[in-house]
Amino acid sequence: MVHDKPLTPDQLAAIVARDIPEGAYVNLGIGQPTKVADHLPAGSGVVLHTENGMLNMGPAAVGDDVDPDLTNAGKVPVTELPGASYFHHADSFAMMRGGHLDVCVLGAFQVSATGDLANWHTGAPDAIPAVGGAMDLAIGAKQVFVMMTLFDKKGTAKLVPECTYPLTGVACVSRVYTDVAVFDVGPSGLSVRETFGTTIDELRERLYVPLEAAAG
Amino acid sequence: MGRTRILETADEAVAGIEDGSTVLVGGFGLAGMPFDLIDALIRQGAKDLTIVSNNAGNGEVGLAALLQAGRVRRVLCSFPRQSDSYVFDELYRSGRIELEVVPQGNLAERMRAAGAGIGAFFSPTAVGTPLAEGKEQRTIDGRDYVLEHPIKGDYALIGAHRADEMGNLVYRKTARNFGPVMATAASTTIVQVGEVVPIGSLDPEAVVTPGIFVDRVVRADARHYTVQGAR
Repeated sequence: MVHDKPLTPDQLAAIVARDIPEGAYVNLGIGQPTKVADHLPAGSGVVLHTENGMLNMGPAAVGDDVDPDLTNAGKVPVTELPGASYFHHADSFAMMRGGHLDVCVLGAFQVSATGDLANWHTGAPDAIPAVGGAMDLAIGAKQVFVMMTLFDKKGTAKLVPECTYPLTGVACVSRVYTDVAVFDVGPSGLSVRETFGTTIDELRERLYVPLEAAAG
Repeated sequence: MGRTRILETADEAVAGIEDGSTVLVGGFGLAGMPFDLIDALIRQGAKDLTIVSNNAGNGEVGLAALLQAGRVRRVLCSFPRQSDSYVFDELYRSGRIELEVVPQGNLAERMRAAGAGIGAFFSPTAVGTPLAEGKEQRTIDGRDYVLEHPIKGDYALIGAHRADEMGNLVYRKTARNFGPVMATAASTTIVQVGEVVPIGSLDPEAVVTPGIFVDRVVRADARHYTVQGAR
């Protein structure tokens, strides 16, 4: 499907879902990334990990299926799929740190041109810091996908030369999915894989980071 | 120490917890939270506590009730701020409680290390972030790590689904969360379970926490609060 306009959150979730390899073990972060699950094709064989201790998590629970002992990392009641397993927290985070998880999808305040991630703390003096599993996930999965709008509400770019918010992880992001473009973060810098309703030249004017067109 | 004791009441189960103790409290949000043990701890009166838990209380039940009662001096947790963490938020903003934020995986692994007799370990989590400041770093095989120290509890209060009279435990679904790790990491582990069954009636292959890690068990009915985010 060709998109000639910026993506809606649901369209963005569908684009991320499209790029998740069949059979991958995947962790979807709290918030927008959770939506990706709704767009995974039937039979994709993707196994969802939730860091509070479960593999093969099913969709959100409704009505009589709500069980207080079965929630996702956002503490939303969920369901289990056949073949699910439960485990304690040390095992759950070993799955990340130990490099067993294929992909995680996270939200972000900022991503730098070298793949640094800032998504846990705005650094505001009155904010209560809370990190959860964000730092473990950022360095733990084989591939870290970020999903965000490219610009904040004031029009400030969130893909930046260097993060100004406190970091979650260093050089950990592999790909950035935004409403107007998808970027790969590589050793030689950022490359643009796709655009939605914009062009690389327009992006070059609005971003303060060097951009290449993706090969192939 | 020695064999697990099965007690009649939560008040007996928390007896002897001293002022100033470090208490590991199980649960992820409200799933697996040992409500009856916490309520008994509030009645018991121990104060000046250091609490180690993933969150810093939800609503006004469980851990939030303990905080509200003014018994907690310091909290180590990964995710204090939530839509319903107003009890903690107020204490923190008015300077009446100390907070150490620990990445969730480091929190679990630091307790695992305590329970396993590990002196300290190098973790790749938080390298290059504010949470690594002041900590020793080392590059091992080209990757950077931060030195993390064990978190040992004087007591652990955890919830499990079922215990046998040996103190062997099984858990239920994602309510397992920190329970098995905390059970190993405290000098005295106190567990509330929905059911105590006779020796020999748990499948040994299915035991998650062996009774050697469990000191006191009390039966208490599971409580079901509205889970945050429930529809």
